[in-house]
Amino acid sequence: MLIKTTPAQYSARRNFLGRSTGIALSGAAVALLAGNSRLAVAATGSPSGDVNILNVALGLEHEAIAAYQVGAESGLLQKPVLDTAVLFQSHHKQHRDALVATIEKLGGKPVNAKSNADYAAGLGAGGLKSQADILTLAARLELGAANAYIGVIPAFSEKDLAKVAARLAADETMHWSLLANALGKPVPMAALSFGA
Amino acid sequence: MIIAERLLPAVLGLAIAGGAAAADPGRGAGLYEARCAACHSLDAHRVGPLHRGVVGRRAGSAPGYDYSPALAAAAFTWDAALLDAWLKDPEALVPGQRMGYSVADAGDRGDLVAFLLSVSRR
Repeated sequence: MLIKTTPAQYSARRNFLGRSTGIALSGAAVALLAGNSRLAVAATGSPSGDVNILNVALGLEHEAIAAYQVGAESGLLQKPVLDTAVLFQSHHKQHRDALVATIEKLGGKPVNAKSNADYAAGLGAGGLKSQADILTLAARLELGAANAYIGVIPAFSEKDLAKVAARLAADETMHWSLLANALGKPVPMAALSFGA
Repeated sequence: MIIAERLLPAVLGLAIAGGAAAADPGRGAGLYEARCAACHSLDAHRVGPLHRGVVGRRAGSAPGYDYSPALAAAAFTWDAALLDAWLKDPEALVPGQRMGYSVADAGDRGDLVAFLLSVSRR
């Protein structure tokens, strides 16, 4: 066995692949910087560019939350997959909340979410006809988000924010990996495929 | 006309890359999917504005998208050279804009611009 998994990881994967039902939600929240006092100190001196980048990230999270909502309400997701989709959506909601808190600490104004209908139209959700279609869209969004978060890391003036972007990218990569597995996609042959 | 449409992106890409290599819109399509599609699509505003038709469009003017004040006030029209400059360092081109992503490699930029040129003429 080349890849060892923890019992929790194995359980989540097994459930997502449809061989079991029910997923034990992790109680750990992604605190990010919401309670980071150092960032509060940095707020007065942080360039507005950091806030702009964080707001783009927040826009991605709003879109991801809406996409999973559209998928969950479509009636196309079967129970074990639906549970995982809802779990992933909860991760994005935690990302959203942490980003909102961070933007506000930096003195910025968080961007508001659009309506789910607007997001659905922008994503072409009307063409989703099967569970595989939804998972493919979700995988595409997760991969794009991972790449985007990796791509903006050098742009932050505040190192802690670069770390946040890396942690967000790690979550998105984890989501993409499970979605790709569920879709039967092969593991990338080349290393360093994310953010390239 | 068809020949012109096919050659123009390559010619402009060549100019952008300083003659190092012809730009490849096909490779640019793949780069677009990997690097741009998180926020953009060709035909709908998402986190970022739609891209079809961007070449020849005044900056910050796609109807229905909420641009940063800096980009909305920009007084230029997108062409290959400006798109290359934007992708290289958006903040240097339009201070106060919102995009934190950049593309360091000139060849990648050339291919992306060639792709954007190709979809702007359909």
